[in-house]
Amino acid sequence: MIADTFLIVTLLAAATVRGAAPLVLAALGGLFAERSGVVDIGLEGKMLTAAFAAAATAAVTGSVWIGLVAGIAASVLFALLHGFACVTHQGNQVVSGMALNITVSGLTVVLGYAWFQEGGQTPLLAPGARFGPIELPGAAALAPLPVIGPIYREVISGHNLLVYVAAAAVPIVAWLVYRTRFGLRLRAVGESPGAVDTAGVSVSATRYMALVGSGILCGLSGAYLSTAHHASFIRDMSAGKGYLALAALIFGQWRPLPTLGACLLFAFADAVQLRLQGTPLPFVGVVPVQLIQAIPYILTVALLAGVVGRAVAPRAIGVPYVKER
Amino acid sequence: MSPSSTRLRLDWVAPVLLPAVNLTVALLLSAVVVLLIGESPGRALRTLASGAFGDAESIGYTLYYASNFVFTGLAVAVAFHCGLFNIGAEGQAYIGGLGVALFCLGAGSWPTVLVVPVAIVVAAVGGAAWAFVPAWLQAHRGSHVVITTIMFNFIASSLMTYLLVNVLIKPGQQSPETREFAPSTWLPQLHDVVRALGWEIGRSPLNLAFVFSLLAGALVWFYLWHTRWGYELRAFGLNATAAVYGGIPPAATVIAAMAISGALAGLMSLNEVMGVQHRLLLNMPGGAGFVGIAVALMGRNHPLGIVVAAVLFGALYQGGSELSFDMPKLTRDMVVVIQGLIILVCGALEHALQAPIEALFRPARAE
Repeated sequence: MIADTFLIVTLLAAATVRGAAPLVLAALGGLFAERSGVVDIGLEGKMLTAAFAAAATAAVTGSVWIGLVAGIAASVLFALLHGFACVTHQGNQVVSGMALNITVSGLTVVLGYAWFQEGGQTPLLAPGARFGPIELPGAAALAPLPVIGPIYREVISGHNLLVYVAAAAVPIVAWLVYRTRFGLRLRAVGESPGAVDTAGVSVSATRYMALVGSGILCGLSGAYLSTAHHASFIRDMSAGKGYLALAALIFGQWRPLPTLGACLLFAFADAVQLRLQGTPLPFVGVVPVQLIQAIPYILTVALLAGVVGRAVAPRAIGVPYVKER
Repeated sequence: MSPSSTRLRLDWVAPVLLPAVNLTVALLLSAVVVLLIGESPGRALRTLASGAFGDAESIGYTLYYASNFVFTGLAVAVAFHCGLFNIGAEGQAYIGGLGVALFCLGAGSWPTVLVVPVAIVVAAVGGAAWAFVPAWLQAHRGSHVVITTIMFNFIASSLMTYLLVNVLIKPGQQSPETREFAPSTWLPQLHDVVRALGWEIGRSPLNLAFVFSLLAGALVWFYLWHTRWGYELRAFGLNATAAVYGGIPPAATVIAAMAISGALAGLMSLNEVMGVQHRLLLNMPGGAGFVGIAVALMGRNHPLGIVVAAVLFGALYQGGSELSFDMPKLTRDMVVVIQGLIILVCGALEHALQAPIEALFRPARAE
């Protein structure tokens, strides 16, 4: 009984880590953009673009690395388009993000259908053309140990490369945002662009850099979906994960570590929901799958409503900066 | 040159020329996509146009789609006028549909003349109710309505999946949908109405909801530009600080605007649920809430513009199915691409084209 419970908890933890990775990458991308004062509703679209570009390129070239580069490039391209609309031309940032999301949800299927004739999917990737699990050193050696062995083998070791990239991205982004000159400017531009401009730093350039950062991270996130988690692109495969990442970013109050926590929480809810699928729980009976699926969104609304904590957005978020002439 | 005559010359540029140029740019970008997959854009456009307007039946289908988009376009536009971006029309339409379906399932023995007015109220209240929570939170807690309405779309989708799979599903059936309503609760098809008047038009799903959508457009126009509340709504949208200083109650204005917006979105279900499907299906709004964003932007948030833009999008949807039939490489997803590009060009990039075009028509200033 205890052994069973332990096994379930271990597997749940492993599933949580795998589920959280794309959320973490996209949410940290959004953190760059939103901290610089640009609303990034387009996380979803950038993920989907990257997922398609990575899978399509990996399928054609047979190389997961070229696929990854293509995915990141496509995502950055759309981030720059977002910048062109809202930084250069001071367009509405939410409208621009929605436009990109909607365009991409159609474009990926149209191109996939025309190029691969598989109903909008990309061909199944061979094992060499996707990110496989990596066994960390010592996993076999530690395996016989009672508790540590399985935890190390299932939860920490045995994931694909991009999971570890996501884990590493949290401290790197935190360092960039809080400990570097770029990070200081980034945060300042999101709070008070006028002051930054007065100090002789270009608001536009800083926001473009932030958007490129968002593009790169969303590119990794999208590539994770199609070349690591799955072995091909499937239509609408981001399935709201970009919005979930945005919710995690807000739930994490636009800070790296709490955002990681929110992503883990949301991924855990998803893992539990997949595991439960109608199994009755003690005291409460069967919890509807849909209720568990809705939990992240309900939590985010509750946070925004000030029921749990208080979300304080960057002050200049959503406001295009018009340089004084 | 006096400023008033400058304004006069620009009068037709903003509402007519700009949307036309924007649409052309969006279609040119779409043509690039068509070329990219090795098809002829000219042939695609011809197929699209003949599929949408070729005969009475296809025109009927075009206008049936347009009815949905008029409602959701008006929904987004009313919120826009108040300075709010309602991305939640999709969820609000879904919940409006839930109300309509529950009512129609229960009102099987009522006469149609009684069912229709009550259903209109139920659809509007359902949509408004789903918009109310984000509206209240925006007005009283400052929670940004963009994020909360997105979240409410997902919550609505989960709720409806649960209800359709576990509660409302017709017993002994696999697909999650309700049983068919009694025929007395169906909205009359327009070809039947017209036949009663002695004319013949092609059979299509076009129903009374189309007429309702035009009425809704007229009502929105009257409300926004000819009532005190409409004035308050627009004033708040243009400059919230000045409006509050002028004595306009901010919370009530925001909540009213979002409630009207949600109600309009909810009314979409009259067309889809009562007019065509006669049952509640999974994913009933089918993206119409998002099309509403494109329609409102293209129609420049004016009811007349919205009706024109909605017919255009109806044509895209109807012609798009014809297109996928004739040119299999161009699936219906091509329509989604065009929709996204129109939002991009008419919405996000509006300033990019507006300034140069207006400069072109502005008479040279006498210095």
